[in-house]
Amino acid sequence: MTFALKIKNLSKSFVMHILNDKKINALFDLNFEINKCEIVGLTGKSGSGKSTLIKCIYRTYLTTSGQIIYNSEKFGEIDLVTADDNEVLTLRRSEITYCSQFLKVIPRVSAVDVVGESLVVRGSSWEFARERSREYLSQLGLAEELWDAYPSTFSGGEQQRINVARAIIAKPNFLLIDEPTASLDQKTKDVVIDMIVQLKQEGTSVLCISHDQYTIEKMTDRVIELKEGKIVSVPII
Amino acid sequence: MENRNWLLKVEGLTKIYGEPGKNTLHHTGPLYHTNQCPETGAIVACADINFTLYPGEVLGIVGESGSGKSTVVKLLYFDFEATSGNAWLNEYNHGKTNLLNESNQRKRYLRHHKMGMVYQNPRDGLNFEFSSGGNIAEKLLMAGNFHVGNIRKRASGLLTATEVPVARMDDTPLSFSGGMQQRVQISKAIANNPPLLFLDEVTTGLDVSVQAKVLDMIRRLQQELNIAMIVVSHDLSVIRMLTDRTIVMKDGRIVEKGLTDQILQDPQNTYTQLLVSSLL
Ligand SMILES: Nc1ncnc2c1ncn2[C@@H]1O[C@H](COP(=O)(O)OP(=O)(O)OP(=O)(O)O)[C@@H](O)[C@H]1O
Ligand SMILES: Nc1ncnc2c1ncn2[C@@H]1O[C@H](COP(=O)(O)OP(=O)(O)O)[C@@H](O)[C@H]1O
Ligand SMILES: [Mg+2]
Ligand SMILES: [Mg+2]
Repeated sequence: MTFALKIKNLSKSFVMHILNDKKINALFDLNFEINKCEIVGLTGKSGSGKSTLIKCIYRTYLTTSGQIIYNSEKFGEIDLVTADDNEVLTLRRSEITYCSQFLKVIPRVSAVDVVGESLVVRGSSWEFARERSREYLSQLGLAEELWDAYPSTFSGGEQQRINVARAIIAKPNFLLIDEPTASLDQKTKDVVIDMIVQLKQEGTSVLCISHDQYTIEKMTDRVIELKEGKIVSVPII
Repeated sequence: MENRNWLLKVEGLTKIYGEPGKNTLHHTGPLYHTNQCPETGAIVACADINFTLYPGEVLGIVGESGSGKSTVVKLLYFDFEATSGNAWLNEYNHGKTNLLNESNQRKRYLRHHKMGMVYQNPRDGLNFEFSSGGNIAEKLLMAGNFHVGNIRKRASGLLTATEVPVARMDDTPLSFSGGMQQRVQISKAIANNPPLLFLDEVTTGLDVSVQAKVLDMIRRLQQELNIAMIVVSHDLSVIRMLTDRTIVMKDGRIVEKGLTDQILQDPQNTYTQLLVSSLL
């Protein structure tokens, strides 16, 4: 089977120079692979390093040592640790999407446009992007009167739906997603799970942080559990 | 990777005011907490600045007042002459000619066809003796557009795009609010569809609600025109909102560069950590 992502000996520590060089070791020598069209769940207690791992892959955090080999459509095999900034930006625009735990609200941009923007940066017209955006928001059950409103005032669950729609509308090659179903009701949870499974069927590989047993069981092919920055088990489910 | 289509490449860009000695560059910079040479008193406004900008990309330059941010963009816009360094534009002689060594006439050509500049102070970018439309017309004329009807049409299109009432086209910017003056400056800067725009602290000095609207407008124009920008600001929230990549400057030197979210969430340099922690 071809791989989508190969993590080799990845370690991450934070050095805080303004706190007398205080060092926080967050990840220790991680090794694992994700295959193409596979959904891998990432679990572990709060503070175990899940978000840190995802941010290292996305280059929001700089990896301290090790390799992150990504199988890119555009560049072939590329180490995301040493790739230059412009290569990473290119991948972010065309292949790798990161969906954070909470929506980072862009001020004064409507819900429809926040979601549609993901398509526009990939070259779609605004007209097409808004049309697709409305379809996603409708499937996710976001009340129609909210579509043209600014998400900054939305509830946690409403923001979450915008966040998920924004990430998956562009059908990325690789999706990094942090707690996609956390603040959703059962029905919306199922819609989100179906959407992500649908993406996988269309060729997307996914690394998904979740604490929700239901989401893990219904959606993932396999789970990686982190404990204090190390992998504790790689059970097949 | 050399084969990717970069837009602007800058290498070793340096500006020194006063008489540099042989130790000037060695005894200035962030390690010495000063940009002034202890021996000769020369000021190293910026030194050894290297970066590459790609088409449609937005690069931020952040740092405290006096760190050399404005100097970098003003050197690239030929407002001052660099002490040393190279800058190449891919669209100019296939990227083979150092812009900084060109004749004044060639520099004028580059300014009017390939670049736009928006200054912190509208008085630096606009002529207050002309109307706002006249300011835009001046830039269009410089690039060889002489048809009066076309010029008026283009000017009113630009003012509409930057949300300045077209009815005010024949008024001098002197009678405009600060936010409107910046919008006229932006109209003028992008009049000839340059691939590259410099923005130097364009929202500093505007009140907060006006600031937000001008930033929104810049963000929208950037997306619509896919123009590459270098955004200079001491304000990290402006950098966060507008830029893909960021350069952090201190005492005339680059101390850190990276993707903007990385600079904000996992800064490596001591000074950057201080800067970011003061924002939180
Ligand atoms: N930017 C940062 N600077 C310093 N330390 C950090 C940073 N980000 C994370 N850490 C530290 O790294 C460790 C792992 O944090 P991380 O956010 O990855 O946990 P998590 O598993 O995602 O937890 P949760 O389930 O609560 O979201 C923690 O000790 C955290 O304090
Ligand atoms: N014409 C000049 N003569 C002498 N020093 C100057 C001149 N212009 C700028 N400088 C100095 O160069 C340094 C960088 O200035 P500048 O680029 O304007 O900083 P910034 O834009 O980051 O606030 C400062 O120390 C400034 O005083
Ligand atoms: Mg987390
Ligand atoms: Mg300045």
